[in-house]
Amino acid sequence: MSAPHGDAAVAIANYVFPNDLHVHWSLMIVLYPYITGIVAGAFIVSSLYHVFNVKALKPIARFSLVFALAFLACATMPLLNHLTQPTRALNMMLTPSPTSAMAGFGYIYSAYAIVLILEILFIYRTTLVKMKESATGAMTILLTALTFGNDNISQKAQDLDHKVIGFLAAIGIPMACVLHGYVGFIFGGVKANPLWATPLMPVIFLLSACVSGIAGIIVTYTVIKKFTGQQVDVNCIRTCIKFLWGFFILDFVFEMLEIFSHGYMAAHHWHTLEALLWGPLYNTYWVYQVMIFSIIPFFMLGWMSLVKLRDGAIKFFAPIVSVMILLQVLLMRWNVVIGGQLMSKSERGNTFFHPLWLEKEGILPAIIIMTLPFVFLYLLSKIFPLWMDNSSGSEKC
Amino acid sequence: MDKIKSEIRKDRRAFIKKVLSGSIAGSLLLVIPAGAMEVAEQIPGMRNETDVFTKKNFAFVVDITRCIGCGSCCVADKNEYQLPDGVYRTWVERYIIDDHDGVFVDSPNGGLDGYTKPRKDIPHPVRDTFFVPKLCNMCEKPSCVQVCPVGATFQTKDGFVLVDQKRCVGCGYCIQACPYSVRFINPNTKTADKCTWCYHRVRKGLLPACVNVCPVQARQFGDLNDKSSNVYKILHEPHVVSVLRPEMGNKPALHYVGLRREVV
Repeated sequence: MSAPHGDAAVAIANYVFPNDLHVHWSLMIVLYPYITGIVAGAFIVSSLYHVFNVKALKPIARFSLVFALAFLACATMPLLNHLTQPTRALNMMLTPSPTSAMAGFGYIYSAYAIVLILEILFIYRTTLVKMKESATGAMTILLTALTFGNDNISQKAQDLDHKVIGFLAAIGIPMACVLHGYVGFIFGGVKANPLWATPLMPVIFLLSACVSGIAGIIVTYTVIKKFTGQQVDVNCIRTCIKFLWGFFILDFVFEMLEIFSHGYMAAHHWHTLEALLWGPLYNTYWVYQVMIFSIIPFFMLGWMSLVKLRDGAIKFFAPIVSVMILLQVLLMRWNVVIGGQLMSKSERGNTFFHPLWLEKEGILPAIIIMTLPFVFLYLLSKIFPLWMDNSSGSEKC
Repeated sequence: MDKIKSEIRKDRRAFIKKVLSGSIAGSLLLVIPAGAMEVAEQIPGMRNETDVFTKKNFAFVVDITRCIGCGSCCVADKNEYQLPDGVYRTWVERYIIDDHDGVFVDSPNGGLDGYTKPRKDIPHPVRDTFFVPKLCNMCEKPSCVQVCPVGATFQTKDGFVLVDQKRCVGCGYCIQACPYSVRFINPNTKTADKCTWCYHRVRKGLLPACVNVCPVQARQFGDLNDKSSNVYKILHEPHVVSVLRPEMGNKPALHYVGLRREVV
């Protein structure tokens, strides 16, 4: 290979630094932003109703909060499984290093969890008080604790609840944005990795979080309704699809702009990024993430939002397109987390990564961790009825 | 006759006493270390340092024009730390440039076995070849210290970046953040680990193990506050000296003499 114009000699050997052969952040760190993203996105759906008064989303306003809590409960599981010294995990909160982009996660996560739990407790207070009337034994104690021992469900008390709910939802939006924007920053702040080190990373993570949350809500809502033989609110699904399309336009455009900007500026690191994107990431990035799971859902969502489709078509296509979007976001997490580590810092080659089924951070543990939120959702639904019509139709929210 | 016998018995007793006391004294000499056995101080003035942090300003200089790729440094390191294969505190890279300007880099087993055989897969005649030893850069502004969420990775006032094995949670953020890929998870301790410039040896006035064994003085270590030290002289004489990846802004205390533009 020649190097005209007296350029530096061209690297053609595939050399990976010896300590770069092993991919340290694997499936668990792919799942961590995926799960927190779903949490943040689901909260946004609920806030669209509670704060921005999008009435069509009323049927899923409560469900999306409980859904967010079920995923939030599992958000730290992949992290704990990833740590080689999990018994020291709480040191991140007890003796945090203030300069670390990672040290804030425990605090941001906990603060967000408190707001989310409080919001759920206030929204469900009237329902829980009514449930308590017919409850017995341990359930009575649990419901007393969850209602703070307050049985007052007068109109005045409910109005006050409503004000508190509005306030919590309002502060919850920036907190959900901070939660996931921050997760993006954990990657975006690593200057040694040219794929991660971009100020756009928090933005892309946040937008993909909104997208995955809405898609997750649509899929779970329609599947639960289908299997429990209940009526799907098509108007609600139509509204969700419109929001999904809106957020996905922003998400996809930013993802493409980021790559385009890198390519156009063609700075020092572009040749390693190019070698990565057209090398080991070609299939997972271009073929799956961009071509199949972005462009197809992009047009499907536009078609479903702009063309007046029959209810049956919406009910059929909405979960399909949502699953595609969920896979798009999962692929995006994979391509960022794994892809970033495939490039050796030698700038001369890529390593490889093949997850195994039974290793500590393997495919089976990943499947178990992704199943747990749904188990939590089922358990939570025993205390917090997912649908308004199961409790009292007179309640405001 | 009896008199003669009693004299012999006395002699025998005295003889046995002398043998016993001699044996005990000899054994004691083995148990109590003799001052004369102490290894000579290799870093001048180190044994007079009594504070937690020394008043020295340590620097490491690698001269790639001297390195012969023998791998002795890697062997010494392996011997010092007994690390399993697959993780590397230090390694030596071989650069080969052919007459078509193709750059071929390799570091089989981190250079531990030495480069005794030429590469056979170079398509064109070789125009240049050299070796580059790699180790911790002991940055003045270390990314690993910045990102460690629990402060397990820390910087001493005399410039060492070290890992507290009892605090590390094993998140791996430091491994991602290090621009030089010198970090790894130690399979034995399950915590982050890296080259320490042999801090335990330096505190005892000894040179790092790799510096100690280098047969061509390609690795130099010393105190920049000491104007008679080799590192001071090298860095203050008109050599071609640079650091790895200066654009990262980490300000390494590891300097390279004769660094080539092909080296990352």
